[in-house]
Amino acid sequence: MAVTTGTVSADDKAGSDPVFELSSLEVFYGEFRAVREVSMEIAEREITAFIGPSGCGKTTVLRCLNRMNDLIETARVQGSVKYHGVDLYDAAVSATEVRRRIGMVFQKPNPFPKSIYDNLAFGPRLNGVKKKSDLDDIVESSLKSAALWDEVKDRLKSSALGLSGGQQQRLCIARCVAVKPDVILMDEPCSALDPIATARIEDLMRELTSEYTIVIVTHNMQQAARVSDRTAFFTTEVNPESDRRTGVLVEYNPTSKIFSTPDDERTEQYVTGRFG
Amino acid sequence: MALSTPSSSSVRAAETVRSGLTARQSDPFGRAFQVSLWVAVLATVAILGVLIFDVVTHGWGVLAGETGDFLTGRLGSQPENSGLGQAIRGTFYIGVFVVVLTFPLGIAAAIYLEEYAQHGRLNSLISVAIRNLAGVPSVVYGILGLTIFVKALGSVTGPDANGRTVVSAGLTLSILVLPIVIITAAEALRAVPNGIREGGFGVGATRWEVVRSHVLPYAAPGILTGTVIALARALGEAAPLILVGATTGFLTGGESFLPDSLRERFTALPIVISTWSGRPGEDWAASTSAAIVVLLVIVFAANLAAIVLRNRFERGRR
Repeated sequence: MAVTTGTVSADDKAGSDPVFELSSLEVFYGEFRAVREVSMEIAEREITAFIGPSGCGKTTVLRCLNRMNDLIETARVQGSVKYHGVDLYDAAVSATEVRRRIGMVFQKPNPFPKSIYDNLAFGPRLNGVKKKSDLDDIVESSLKSAALWDEVKDRLKSSALGLSGGQQQRLCIARCVAVKPDVILMDEPCSALDPIATARIEDLMRELTSEYTIVIVTHNMQQAARVSDRTAFFTTEVNPESDRRTGVLVEYNPTSKIFSTPDDERTEQYVTGRFG
Repeated sequence: MALSTPSSSSVRAAETVRSGLTARQSDPFGRAFQVSLWVAVLATVAILGVLIFDVVTHGWGVLAGETGDFLTGRLGSQPENSGLGQAIRGTFYIGVFVVVLTFPLGIAAAIYLEEYAQHGRLNSLISVAIRNLAGVPSVVYGILGLTIFVKALGSVTGPDANGRTVVSAGLTLSILVLPIVIITAAEALRAVPNGIREGGFGVGATRWEVVRSHVLPYAAPGILTGTVIALARALGEAAPLILVGATTGFLTGGESFLPDSLRERFTALPIVISTWSGRPGEDWAASTSAAIVVLLVIVFAANLAAIVLRNRFERGRR
């Protein structure tokens, strides 16, 4: 089966400069190569979905986009990740500044064990917002953009841990939005939620694309089909020499094409449920 | 859906299910285990109860009769004119040294090891070393204190008392409990869910901001518990103090709570307890019991303060 693992290009409908340009990205955990030679471009104000079976490296690639992998001591990145033309892994680039511009929502809702208000005000305070009225405005507007305001406006001072799972995840999205990032990365944001909460978050993602570029990792193919503009399909390949599995990018195309007439046979097998 | 009258076969089937579901009513091993757990708990509580009852009843006469003098008086040659003033003062300053030196130093070391250091071979070597230090007998720390703080640094710790001062004692016991503080604080930090750190980093916080705003508040109750255990341990140690040169008999000075008296000779409650317990007669035994009650009250007070603080921190966590 002939597979190209070089540049997989998506036809550019927007025509604007890409937000991210990944070229020959490889990530190692110690000696283990988790993903190899991922090259792709991620377009502005679109939702890009990463799908694929477990262990295919989609989360690893996502966490490279805001240098979250720096927190794993053994992780090592090769190749380049350019964000608006700047290499994120350049020695002069600060990971903290990267993460202020490229926010992240995690698989498990992880509100801080503080009040709802303090969860949202934490990021803006780091950025130097001190005036109470300014913070109040940010809290309100980010809760509104996460469609949570009406549910929590009367209990902003109560603990965020008292919210339901779906509310907590929307709070995490609001917390991300509160620092006015450029990009929001979401790592399986709905995997811990019921279908109703999932639907709310999917609606929210569509609304957020008017202002934000979103990259989402999902196990749920229907979710990718429902919300994303483009989909990247990753899978694992067994290295014949070491017998270790390495993630590869198989195909990156507009979502409609991935789910109807994919270029690669393995994509078709995966999206039709015959593999993975 | 209307159910017809159950046929005899379905009645029999229900009986079979019932007898199956109700078969295992008794669980002898489970019961026995539960009873043995109860016995273990009761035995522990009973021993503690007997101990406290014994010291309180024996020491009550001394405490009730002349409490004022007993708590503030000086060490004496007769039980009637012996008081704990100097001993309480020594124990108080040992506690101050531990709180001021060991708590910040130990917590800082734990934060470094858990949050900043690379988790490589050097780090695990250091962790193992600290664990071993926590297991070193306290007499050994006494010898350390004697060598360093009394002999080598005597001119600093107490030129007029050959270094046998509460400064040397406080420093020695601070070192003794430092590993305990580091280990318990590190465990409390390790128990902080990683999602909280990731959430902080995810909105662009620096490591310091994540540690200060999220990790430390979350770990605070656990850290506090560990530090108070360490404090109680320091207040109760007698062996190192003997080596550092605590006074067992007559003591001039060593009474003032003013800081400039720190470099005088000293004594402390555990020393007084062990000395008095060796003296003959009912009266000395009663005084010993009374001194034990005083030491227990001090340790319980520290624990109580910790519980109150802990509850406050935990309220912030919910």
